[in-house]
Amino acid sequence: MSVAATLPEPVNWQSDAMKARRKARYAADRRLQAYGMIAIFFALGFLAILVGTLTASGYKAFVQTKASVQLDLSGADIDADNLMDANWRGIVRNGLLGQLDGAAELSRQDQREYFNLFTSSAPYIVRDMVIRNPALLEGEAVYDIPLSDPLDQLAKGEIDRDLPESRRRVSDVQIGFYDRLDERGIISQPFNWGLFTNADSRFPELAGLKGAISGSFWALLVCFLISFPVGIAAAIYLEEFAPKNRLTDVIEININNLAAVPSVVFGLLGLAVFLGWFGLPRSAPLVGGMVLSLMTLPTIIIVTRAALKSVPSAIREAALGIGASKHEAILHHNLPLAMPTILTGTIIGLAQALGETAPLLLIGMNAFITSDPGGVMEASTALPTQIYIWADSPERGFVARTSAAILVLLGFLVLMNTAAILLRNRFERRW
Amino acid sequence: MAGWTLLVLFLVSIAAAFAGLFRAKAHQVSAGKQFHSRPIYHGLNIAVWTGVPAFIFLLLWILTQGAINDYFVIASYPGAEALSDSERSLLLSEVRQAARGNFFTDPTPQLLAAAEHLKSLHSLGAYAMIAVVAALAVVGAALGMRVIRPEYRARHSVERSMTIFMLVSSTIAILTTLGIVLSLLYESWQFFKLVPVHEFLFGLRWEPQIAIRADQVAGQGAFGAVPVLWGTAVVAACAMIVAVPVGIMSAIYLTEYADERFRAVVKPLLEILAGIPTVVYGFFAVLTVAPLVRSLAQSIGIDAAPNSAIAAGGVMGVMLIPFVSSLSDDAFAAVPRAMREGSYALGATKGETIRKVLLPAALPGIVGGVLLSLSRAIGETMIVVMAAGLIAKMTLNPFESVTTVTVQIVTLLIGDSEFDNPKTLAAFALGLLLFLITLGLNLVALRTVRKYREKY
Repeated sequence: MSVAATLPEPVNWQSDAMKARRKARYAADRRLQAYGMIAIFFALGFLAILVGTLTASGYKAFVQTKASVQLDLSGADIDADNLMDANWRGIVRNGLLGQLDGAAELSRQDQREYFNLFTSSAPYIVRDMVIRNPALLEGEAVYDIPLSDPLDQLAKGEIDRDLPESRRRVSDVQIGFYDRLDERGIISQPFNWGLFTNADSRFPELAGLKGAISGSFWALLVCFLISFPVGIAAAIYLEEFAPKNRLTDVIEININNLAAVPSVVFGLLGLAVFLGWFGLPRSAPLVGGMVLSLMTLPTIIIVTRAALKSVPSAIREAALGIGASKHEAILHHNLPLAMPTILTGTIIGLAQALGETAPLLLIGMNAFITSDPGGVMEASTALPTQIYIWADSPERGFVARTSAAILVLLGFLVLMNTAAILLRNRFERRW
Repeated sequence: MAGWTLLVLFLVSIAAAFAGLFRAKAHQVSAGKQFHSRPIYHGLNIAVWTGVPAFIFLLLWILTQGAINDYFVIASYPGAEALSDSERSLLLSEVRQAARGNFFTDPTPQLLAAAEHLKSLHSLGAYAMIAVVAALAVVGAALGMRVIRPEYRARHSVERSMTIFMLVSSTIAILTTLGIVLSLLYESWQFFKLVPVHEFLFGLRWEPQIAIRADQVAGQGAFGAVPVLWGTAVVAACAMIVAVPVGIMSAIYLTEYADERFRAVVKPLLEILAGIPTVVYGFFAVLTVAPLVRSLAQSIGIDAAPNSAIAAGGVMGVMLIPFVSSLSDDAFAAVPRAMREGSYALGATKGETIRKVLLPAALPGIVGGVLLSLSRAIGETMIVVMAAGLIAKMTLNPFESVTTVTVQIVTLLIGDSEFDNPKTLAAFALGLLLFLITLGLNLVALRTVRKYREKY
């Protein structure tokens, strides 16, 4: 038998069948590439839409419609020594009526509609300004009174004037009043500092994030104070000192598993152990911080171990060679050299902790609290739980507030992550 | 109060360290002898002796003072022995409020006496705490000062303390796991005393909203976890349907097709999706995705609930994309170069190499990654709390509203929580279930990944 007989027919690569086949194969290749592109654009498009919608619905909460009302308190019946007990409601209402020509002759019904233009806390706002600055009692001054939520929405164009009256939350009479005030030029939309200087409130026009931000600050402070030293110490022990035995194996598996435990389970731990067994106060940033620190700990341990591992052993050996003890070599040389990476990891871990919501809900940091906490033992909310509370509130104004709170939270996260990246780029050493 | 004590204690320890440092230096000069340890170690030694015992005491005191005060108040309250646990905790909170000056009803003389008692306990406790802390600190500092001698091995002592601190720190991870397991087991045990295990595991009805107080109107209560697990599975499946193809496809594109510049820009952008807090996704799901899903479904003639499983699951899937993507990325990177190049040498196109060589070789790693993200989807809380339903239903229709394990845990524990009520305890039983399921998934996933790594 000849060799040629066993060989198959040589393939004619230029035949039409082969050309078509090649074309199909290349098309399949391009299809796969297209699927990849589509997947990436789907994910990034979602991200863009997410940020876009939140910005679009949130940016309006960064301004607040206000009326600059001129009040003359000199003639009012106010006892300068007992400011709290004056009839602020009557005084402010009289002042508000003075803003509108002929308002005093309005029917009771219309007057009530008129007063509803302004936030119901207007008397307290004026009172607090006077208490801060008693000189205001002497004469005329301008007070910025926020408009109530429906009017704020109207001024921002969120409520359509052309809708029939029964289907919108402001009446025709109120729109009339609003336009007259607007003509007088006392309506303005300044930056809403109240969003950062007020604590929570039932009224959207007064609700702010001060309590939530300081609650988050205290919780993160506790979280940092616990997880940073403990995490570093644990990592040094496991990396440098621990004998390789069963116990350290168990600890290691444990740490990796802990990083994957659902956050709500940590909330259950906090509720059962910190609140139930130890009797620590509910809703306190101390407990929140302790729960968050247990969640951040694995991150810090893992980062620190990696950072310590990357420091060349020559450094330790040099230190040992000139008479340093093992502790001295690690604490004076390895650890400082690993510190930039550790700090970067810690900031990223804290940023994660800042956005964590579920465990804080379970330990009660979703309470309605109208003052900011003065310390770690006082009840408070945190930024993410505040977002959750506002998202659940029915008033329309809270939709924009929620988006604005989310933008503030994302702003803090961007800030922290930028700091981490800068730190890494500036100080991290590659050996 | 305790916070200030802590701060003062910290400052005193630092001061003690400096005192020790100077004393050791002075000694060194006057004794004219070589010290074993450098002066700074003597200082640190004193700081440790001053601060640490007092700090440990302070910690224990903070953790236990509430319970101790409660015990004394209850012990002295007339007729308190006859009260049940929940009545007792109600009484305690009433006393606490009264001690702060808040009265809800006209206070009885007993209540006023108890409030006074609590107040006096508080101030007594504060004085006692300061006295003990101060005594411990002074004794520690004095002992530390006394041992400053040339032959005293202060460095060894300090390093021993540090080692102990590090050892204790590394056991905190174990203590946390133990705390989770024990607290879940204990509370679930309480629950299973009220509701039989088989009813919980195999019951087909979940109606946990039973009355906590006698005057509440509520359902009879049924604690069958099956519909809740079913709903969890439906939502997780929706999430996986989004996350797995998109994640794997984007990983393929980024590792095989994209150039370095594209990758450097897109990969961090994808990672942002994983960094956005889940409460944000939840709000977005409610605000935008759910209404969109609803109107889309209605336009093709499907009736969708306002909080459909597919909206919550889909948004959750997007959150998991970077997770699946980066784990698949690792799996592709671990495939040896030789396999890829062998395939090219045989004339395969890039697409054929990916589909016929890379994917099968990386499959165990990808499966591990998918399992890990599945365990995340099951444990994810905020998105479903905000966007999924509350009623447990056994349905496969993703346009209906279902509830999940995490939603039930959160809704059961928000508001009234009494530790002797099946409603509260049911949350812990669900938590135990959730913990075991996610733990099992994680272990299987890690094992799959590791096994596969050994192969090449």
